[in-house]
Amino acid sequence: MRITVNPIDCKAHGVCAEMLPEWIELDEWGYPILDGEELPAQLVAHARRAAKACPTLAVVLRGE
Amino acid sequence: MTPTRATWPRRLFDGVAGEGLADLDAHQAQWGAIPPLSPEQIIEVAERSGLLGRGGAGFPTGRKMRTVAAGSRRAVVVANGAEGEPASAKDKLLLTRVPHLVFDGIGLAARAVKADEAHLVVHDNHRLATTLRRQLAARRGDPVVVQVHELPRRYVASEETAIVHWLNGGEAKPTFTPPRPFEQGVGRRPTLINNVETLAHLATVARRGDEWFRAVGDLDEPGTLLVTLSGEGADRRVAEVPTGTTIGAVAERARVDLARSPGVLVGGYFGTWLPTDYATQLPLTHRALRSAGAALGAGIIAALPPDRCGVVETARVASYLAAHNAGQCGPCLNGLPAIAGALRALATGRWDDRQWPLLERWLSVVPGRGACRHPDGAVRFVATALSTFAADVARHRSGQLCRHAGAPAWLPVPSVAAGWR
Repeated sequence: MRITVNPIDCKAHGVCAEMLPEWIELDEWGYPILDGEELPAQLVAHARRAAKACPTLAVVLRGE
Repeated sequence: MTPTRATWPRRLFDGVAGEGLADLDAHQAQWGAIPPLSPEQIIEVAERSGLLGRGGAGFPTGRKMRTVAAGSRRAVVVANGAEGEPASAKDKLLLTRVPHLVFDGIGLAARAVKADEAHLVVHDNHRLATTLRRQLAARRGDPVVVQVHELPRRYVASEETAIVHWLNGGEAKPTFTPPRPFEQGVGRRPTLINNVETLAHLATVARRGDEWFRAVGDLDEPGTLLVTLSGEGADRRVAEVPTGTTIGAVAERARVDLARSPGVLVGGYFGTWLPTDYATQLPLTHRALRSAGAALGAGIIAALPPDRCGVVETARVASYLAAHNAGQCGPCLNGLPAIAGALRALATGRWDDRQWPLLERWLSVVPGRGACRHPDGAVRFVATALSTFAADVARHRSGQLCRHAGAPAWLPVPSVAAGWR
């Protein structure tokens, strides 16, 4: 599974990076930087929670 | 300056004398009627011809038509003549001089994909739109009526998802969410979007055949190509050249002297700066330019004159591109103004070299994170300028006075339109 962000919907709330700091880094303006790599299995549950928690529902999990 | 045309053996402009417009009579005298090909025959001849899209992406035209034709709903055709690149003049010249070749291409494309609706989109230019409507009015026999639209003058507005969104009543901003236009575009119908030059070539291929088309140019990317060339003493000169011609040969035939130019912009503001010695050797094909880390784009070649500074020109264009972001995606909305601001400081002697690592970081962190490719293109423009004009950059970083700081702007940077509708 991969985490992607809809860049138009993302409003830099930063919730995803807060919930998944091992995987998501924010740029200097607060937007997530994602490298598009396959998510390790132990982070999948966290990623799902992060996607649900995003205030603008911009976090999209692909390959589920 | 007014864009001018260079002399070159030509196909699209064949038989057009002087600087005038070929009206329907002149056009038909030159090219005859549109041949009565079936939809499948049109797609087949386009496929066999090897015609690639001339808007930038270089997608095979025949394959694109086949995909749209296979859609489940009635298709729509959109001809993109908006020419968002300020350094390009070829689409406007084509529409101004041989509009009926484009209209024929639209008609053929519509027949091929069985569309009953066709749109021709040009940048907000009332005179051109009026001329086109008048020329269209003379074509009473066309089964599909072409509607002419004037798109807001914005850099990203001519991107294809932006055009579709705008034709559907929204703002002329790129969209992110699938489906793509070929699946669901205008009116949620399968939509064929082609650059106007591509459609003009289609009109010639349908008449003269694929072998005729392939007889000129590169083996894998055949035919002729419209390029817009600027350089010392030349402002947006349009030339029709065989694909595969080197940039040096194009410049020579168009009588633009590259000898004293420090760097060449290939592909437009979405493109790549290359050192002139290197650029002149490159043939104009997608393949060769890709392997050189560049892209053909919409056929723009701009050789910086020797009395201009690469840093100053890049700072101005970077500001233009920053101002033209659609305001939708954070990395672009924040990153491009930050990059442009740093370049302005570098260009105008307000530079503190501690900013350099920051500029480098922005150039690495901004690309690939927008809904459209605007941030990627803007960053490529800036990053390749910094390496091509390394000597100018070093001078500016060390705080030396720039010899060309007061020179008038060279690369065109149009003002930003008020709105997005």
